[in-house]
Amino acid sequence: MASLLPCPHCGPRPREEFTVKGAAQARPAPDASPDVWFDYVYLRDNPRGAYAEYWHHTSGCRRWLIVTRDTATHDVFDSRDAAEGREVRA
Amino acid sequence: MRYSAFSIFLNGLKGNRNWGAAWREPQPKLHYDVVIVGGGGHGLATAYYLAREFGITNVAVLEKNYIGSGNVGRNTTIIRSNYLLEGNNPFYEFSMKLWEGLEQDFNFNAMVSQRGVLNLYHSDAQRDAYTRRGNAMRLHGVDAELLDRAAVKTMLPFLDFDNARFPIQGGLLQRRGGTVRHDGVAWGYARGADGRGVDIIQNCEVTGIRRENGRVTGVETTKGFIGCGKLGLAAAGNSSQVAEMAGMKLPLESHVLQAFVSEGLKPFIDGVVTFGAGHFYVSQSDKGGLVFGGDIDGYNSYAQRGNLATVEHVAEAGKAMIPALSRIRVLRAWGGVMDMSMDGSPIIDRTPLDNLYLNAGWCYGGFKATPASGFCFAHLLAKDAPHPTARQMRLDRFERGYLIDEKGQGAQPNLH
Repeated sequence: MASLLPCPHCGPRPREEFTVKGAAQARPAPDASPDVWFDYVYLRDNPRGAYAEYWHHTSGCRRWLIVTRDTATHDVFDSRDAAEGREVRA
Repeated sequence: MRYSAFSIFLNGLKGNRNWGAAWREPQPKLHYDVVIVGGGGHGLATAYYLAREFGITNVAVLEKNYIGSGNVGRNTTIIRSNYLLEGNNPFYEFSMKLWEGLEQDFNFNAMVSQRGVLNLYHSDAQRDAYTRRGNAMRLHGVDAELLDRAAVKTMLPFLDFDNARFPIQGGLLQRRGGTVRHDGVAWGYARGADGRGVDIIQNCEVTGIRRENGRVTGVETTKGFIGCGKLGLAAAGNSSQVAEMAGMKLPLESHVLQAFVSEGLKPFIDGVVTFGAGHFYVSQSDKGGLVFGGDIDGYNSYAQRGNLATVEHVAEAGKAMIPALSRIRVLRAWGGVMDMSMDGSPIIDRTPLDNLYLNAGWCYGGFKATPASGFCFAHLLAKDAPHPTARQMRLDRFERGYLIDEKGQGAQPNLH
């Protein structure tokens, strides 16, 4: 992976400043069926290619980000504040 | 031919020009009783035990690269059975017992060396956790010894016992743990399976899984269509990709784990030592290089290479444990792709498709499991029933709430 990650607030910063959480998926409604919740908690597409993840800029602005990367080439396509919110692939 | 001291002597007299190939390079047949996807340690061991234990020899192992090119040749070669939970411990102990007789069994020198695995503890709480784990191991008939600081100091005087942040208080030792030459394992199983009639087909990538009426009929490959009675998936880090060809979504994420080897040194570290405060494990190979590693990088990856941040982290943890490491030079670093499961434990089970079987989710502990994984997967393929030691490693355990979570981290694969 690249040694720099782009932060929408701080610009390119060293990867060590960030903590990765994992798949950025849309959270189901509280009353969604058990199948939907099972899928959300346990199942992953785990794609080889573009993938959206939550990263926390722990040692920087401390904002949660959604970073879209390529899991095979490690290219970073997009980085935005998680509060902007959008539907993403698990 | 059978390998022996006599055969080495005899071939030596003839200038070692007459050794035959250890396995054939067959063209795929049109149909096999069992096709296994993945020619790594687990796939080859599965084929070996299918032929040897269960008498099923019309088997093909399909490998997209060359055998041993994946994780079986990329790990840090450690074997152990120091697990806490009921669902794991008997399985890993079964694996340890198979390791103990493996070289005689498959007539290949895999350099199984039971030099001991020591996990260091650094606090009272960690000592209590290790005591519990050691007791669980002993209740399952596995050897475990809790060492105090003085005993560890006798074994490994060069550790940083008085580290200001993580002083070493003692360790949990499994003397039967140790190391094995990892590529020798792949070659030994390949040779043993091939000699019993299994076709090992290298450079043959599976590109599709053909299905009819809820059953698998065969696989599309770069060498054409290959029909099969049963299909077993043992594709490690690429399990999700292969399962997707059968329309399945798995409870897995693929992550990269790095490993390192130093320049050759004089004998320095006898066994395997792990740092309890960070994540660092080290042993010394017979050539003298220190073989070591740490945590996974933490982000999803299919690239067999890691990030410098993790290299730095591993080096820091190593130096906190053994200050003398600051003066060694690292020769090589590499990465492997791990199939991290949602509870940190593996899956050996049937799938919703009738004749499709899954072996996956080994996280970064797959190497030590190789013999038992192969044996249990072969048992499942041959008898359609789980081996007693692998009966909790079910695919549906996540949905049913029967997780096997050694670390208690929950559904967060990068923390297992």
